[in-house]
Amino acid sequence: MEDTGIGLWGVPLAIFAGAIRVSTPFIFVSLGETITERSGRINLGLEGTLVFGAMTAYAVAVMTGSPTLGVLAAMATGAIFGTIHGWICKWPKVNDIAIGIAMMQFGLGLAFFLGKSFIQPVAPKLPSIPLGGWSAVPQVQAALNINVLFFIGAALALFLWWAFRNTRIGLTLRVVGDSTDAARAMGISPDRVRLLATAAGGSLAAIGGAYLSLYYPGSWNEGISSGQGLMAVALVIFARWNPIGCFLAALLFGGAGALGPALQSVGVTQGYYLFYAAPYVLTLIILIATSSPTRSLAGAPGALSLTK
Amino acid sequence: MTKLLPMNRRNFLQASAAGLAAGTVPGLFGSQAMAQTALTVGFIYVGPKDDYGYNQAHAEGAAVIKKMPGITLVEEENVPETVDVQKTMESMINLDGATLLFPTSFGYFDPHMLAMAAKYPKIQFRHCGGLWTEGKHPANTGSYFGYIGQGQYLNGIAAGYATKSKKIGFVAAKPIPQVVQNINSFLLGARSVDPTITCQVIFTGEWSLAVKEAEATNALIDQGADVITCHVDSPKVVVETAAGRGAFVCGYHANQSALAKDKYLTGAEWAWGNVYTNFIKTAQSGGKLGNFVRGGLKDGFVKMSPLGPAVSAEGRKKFEATLAEIMSGKFSVFKGPIKDNKGNVVVTASTAFAEDAIELESMGYLVEGVVGSTS
Repeated sequence: MEDTGIGLWGVPLAIFAGAIRVSTPFIFVSLGETITERSGRINLGLEGTLVFGAMTAYAVAVMTGSPTLGVLAAMATGAIFGTIHGWICKWPKVNDIAIGIAMMQFGLGLAFFLGKSFIQPVAPKLPSIPLGGWSAVPQVQAALNINVLFFIGAALALFLWWAFRNTRIGLTLRVVGDSTDAARAMGISPDRVRLLATAAGGSLAAIGGAYLSLYYPGSWNEGISSGQGLMAVALVIFARWNPIGCFLAALLFGGAGALGPALQSVGVTQGYYLFYAAPYVLTLIILIATSSPTRSLAGAPGALSLTK
Repeated sequence: MTKLLPMNRRNFLQASAAGLAAGTVPGLFGSQAMAQTALTVGFIYVGPKDDYGYNQAHAEGAAVIKKMPGITLVEEENVPETVDVQKTMESMINLDGATLLFPTSFGYFDPHMLAMAAKYPKIQFRHCGGLWTEGKHPANTGSYFGYIGQGQYLNGIAAGYATKSKKIGFVAAKPIPQVVQNINSFLLGARSVDPTITCQVIFTGEWSLAVKEAEATNALIDQGADVITCHVDSPKVVVETAAGRGAFVCGYHANQSALAKDKYLTGAEWAWGNVYTNFIKTAQSGGKLGNFVRGGLKDGFVKMSPLGPAVSAEGRKKFEATLAEIMSGKFSVFKGPIKDNKGNVVVTASTAFAEDAIELESMGYLVEGVVGSTS
């Protein structure tokens, strides 16, 4: 019997490959949400934006034959969704969390409605960069076929981390997020900053959706997102509003999510429902381990309705 | 809801007994026994009806009956297996005037369809996949299903000739009897070609989870599986991922050859159009609809996708010979001795289950050679 399997090495390889393959949507949505939350708003609607972005990207890629145009179109629709959220939330006594949930349902419904005719056609996929040429093992080569969006996400995390500290825009964003009154005293319009921050956040979340429909798993249907948009919003808190933390948390989530299938494939088959809970168990453990009874959430923007 | 059930059923039984005594069959088709009676039929799907999978197979069947004279078709897709489906059924009955409903998803049966059947005793309900039992379930309900395990056996034969690594893979949703039977049939088919073949199974835990299905497919191929099939609601992701990694694919539910091109060996497809046509003909002629309807390849409930270009001449010969044997009704997939993958004998040497054997509908074991576990 010719054995082409790689045995137990499959598990670390799958976790590594899964971390890269599955994490990209988490990276983009959580980075987008970080920008929004740093400005003092929560946009819970990113799940809807993600799915709408997935649909838009797929539809545009089918119609034009260009996945890049698909991603750009998704970004545009994401920005529109963010703008609507930001615009509604500037009115007094509007709750951003409630609007977020409404926007999520709106995005999902509209995506399902408009995406109906695009379930059947096959769209061209986003290109990946084959970095595994040095290895003779096909499994390693497959694992190292990495999509360019992953690298953009990694670079973006670094850039945001730097920009929050070292640029005027970053400072403005943080002032608005920490104290609305201080921002007003400085002559900054908090509503405008938050509107732009929510639009930017929506735009990034839609890229996450485009990755889902145009690369991995690379298909549009109504079940394409299994709650990635919502999980990514939670990841932001988990990562303490730090872009690099978001990137690492997304990797952790992707890797832990790959554990279940990988263990079953090497014959560890008992209790797979438990392995599938791994990402959530891990989140709980880390949150408990890093929590403190004496101080509130470190790094939380002061004006966030979560911390008020 | 279930609390009301016995009372309503009693009412229903009284009413129908009275109706029969008076010589008028309750229901809407009985009174005018013409060949082309106007009839409104409702179809309910759990997912999108163009999913390259389970729902598409049913929607294709519905499209067949839509062309029949006198038929008005109402459909609703993406209906969850919750109280939502009861609302959908009520709206189809009260607003659209549907008198025959096909709720096609497994979880619609109990308690949702049973509750509606008790509330609307004059409406006929036929459910796909449920195990209708006389005396236990209302007479205006029923269930239909196909023996698609035979199709997975034939998939297994095609896979057995195509595999070089002697390892084949199965992406499964949940370990319910129908899925387990498909996994076993797939491997038994492959082992009829080469008894050293093993089949790795990965359960995703849900009927539709695109990312996990893609991960499972990748994990199987990483472990050397070179032919993949699946039992999930929409095989699109599995088929595309597997073909993209260069593995062969056997389809399921519907024809996915367009997605895998020359990597597509064959596939086990539903042929619901035949089943629904029979139901409608019976209803329109005023006959009594079957309560427990089952059938396989030879009854036209299930069909195979045309063989792909990668199937060898030898494989084609064996495939066609086995198909002919199945069509003659003399073939049984589960023929003893069969051991499960823990070493227990599950089918004794003298036993050969026919396709409609009731034992097969409660299968909970994975046969020897399947690497995996149902829990």
